[in-house]
Amino acid sequence: MKKRNLVLMSAMLILTLVAMWGCGNSEPKQQITVFNYGMYIDPAILDQFTAETGIEVLYEEAVTPEELYSKYSSGAIQYDVVCSSEYIIMKLMEDQELQPIDFTQFENIENISDECWAFCATFDEENQYALPYFYGTVGLLYNTEMVSEPPTSWDVLFNGEYAGEIIMQNSMRDSFMIALRYLGYSCNTTNPDELAAARDLLIAQKPDVQAYLVDEARDEMVAENAAIAVVYSGDGILACEYNENLAYVVPEEGSNLWIDCWGISQSCDNPEAVYTFLNYLCCREDIALQNFEYVYYPTPNTAVVAALDEETTSNTALFPPLGSLTNCEVYQLMDEETTALMNEYWKAVKAE
Amino acid sequence: MVKFKNFLCKSYVGIILFFLYAPIMVLIVSSFNNSKSRVVWGGFTLNWYAEIFSSTTIMTSLRNTLILAFGSAFIATVIGLLACIGIDAMRKKEYSLVMSITNIPMLNADIVTGIAMMLLIIKFMPLGFGSIMLAHITFNIPYVILSILPRFNQLDVSTFEAARDLGAGPVYAFFKVVLPEIIPGIISGFLMAVTMSMDDFVITYFTKGAGVNTLSTMIYAQLKKGIKPELYALSTVIFLFTLAILIAVNIITAPKKPQKRGGNV
Repeated sequence: MKKRNLVLMSAMLILTLVAMWGCGNSEPKQQITVFNYGMYIDPAILDQFTAETGIEVLYEEAVTPEELYSKYSSGAIQYDVVCSSEYIIMKLMEDQELQPIDFTQFENIENISDECWAFCATFDEENQYALPYFYGTVGLLYNTEMVSEPPTSWDVLFNGEYAGEIIMQNSMRDSFMIALRYLGYSCNTTNPDELAAARDLLIAQKPDVQAYLVDEARDEMVAENAAIAVVYSGDGILACEYNENLAYVVPEEGSNLWIDCWGISQSCDNPEAVYTFLNYLCCREDIALQNFEYVYYPTPNTAVVAALDEETTSNTALFPPLGSLTNCEVYQLMDEETTALMNEYWKAVKAE
Repeated sequence: MVKFKNFLCKSYVGIILFFLYAPIMVLIVSSFNNSKSRVVWGGFTLNWYAEIFSSTTIMTSLRNTLILAFGSAFIATVIGLLACIGIDAMRKKEYSLVMSITNIPMLNADIVTGIAMMLLIIKFMPLGFGSIMLAHITFNIPYVILSILPRFNQLDVSTFEAARDLGAGPVYAFFKVVLPEIIPGIISGFLMAVTMSMDDFVITYFTKGAGVNTLSTMIYAQLKKGIKPELYALSTVIFLFTLAILIAVNIITAPKKPQKRGGNV
């Protein structure tokens, strides 16, 4: 009999514990669930925000855009507001997962630059779903000691001058973007002839390429194992900090401009709290500045840029000179046919 | 010839040890590197160690990890012990049936367990800290049973019966006669559960709610912009901590004969 009592008591103990956790989850007055990339916000800002407004933030992170998208759409957690790359935002818009944002309710919305609104408008025509957060480019990271003169064009990757000294991105879309821009085509082309021309260019270039890398490209350049590498501006900024001989440039033919944006989920039932959060994080000058100093990517907030010293704004990796961005394009979602074709061509390049 | 053989034996062990511990040595050295890059040596520093303790992100994840590890291990040990009492009393057919049911979750891929738990738990409660705890308790139970049950098999039932004959109640007899015999199994089951829980990434990743992080999920989220050197320092501390526990366990459980047994390093 006593043994049974013991079992019963343990069962009750466990049930009580479970119930207690349940209580811990009870909703406070105002709470928002935020989904963002890892290391993409100064964590102190979340505490400051809660202290100032009383709105609690449940903060969740993902590493890659694809992971973020699949976790978001699995529906296990109800997110109120999500930050992701423009092509994930496009997908979410297509899925009707986002609700329009009333930007007139944002106190400091005028701080967001017109250029960034224009870039967003290439996929969000009326600028009603996406609020720009940070942006960047794909460009050339080069070692000033190892090149004869600072490159200004994608030409250095293809003219054979730096054979064996080049690192390319092991990414289909970025490699084709470079070849297409160099040939004077749009990186969003659906024309099979233009894609074939880009493929032939990449195949011809292949003997000169030292390696196709992703994130390791940065370390290889810091260690001075190559003269020129194709990198994202974020890696370019870090690499220039580690090694003074390195510099970053966006070639004059233009490049890809990526822009990470905030969107508000269709299922969010307290948009006002989210508006307060987004205005606080992106638009308010002091907080946006604090966040910029942590993330250290180009910010769309003009008030922040105006407040920076000249040394920071003269960093071409962080702030590409005006005009060099005019030829840049935001990636559009590719239709299935083009994706299949590009896949096939990319395989041909890699198999060569 | 003997010398050569000896040399071969030693270098073989040496190579194995090198491959096992060289990565950890690199990590420990990097934790003292005064540069954020992996390929540049910027001088010696202890700054990263200081930063661990000032970072709230790291400290909350560490706290969550420890509460989860010890909490889930404790509850799993209690449930596992009770299960062992029951399983031990079963007839042979039932015994092997229950044992295979217990073993399946251990052989099952983590990702299947993780997704299955997530789907089940969201039916009843929102994902959060509690859901990770439930998941950890669940996957820990088989390990506890597996380390306690052999002790029951070695147990002589007649000692328990003798205690009952002499007038001890079943619970009293259990604590006085059975428990002392099986306590090493309980301790190793508990430690095993602590390790499994601290190790786990996949199941935690699927069952965690927004805003809750353990060390493994927190480190994973940092991959986006490259792991920061604080985490080298943190990993070094965890490695030394584990090493200390291992040595302590070895000293405590070593036979009391004068015969020397080396630490399990």
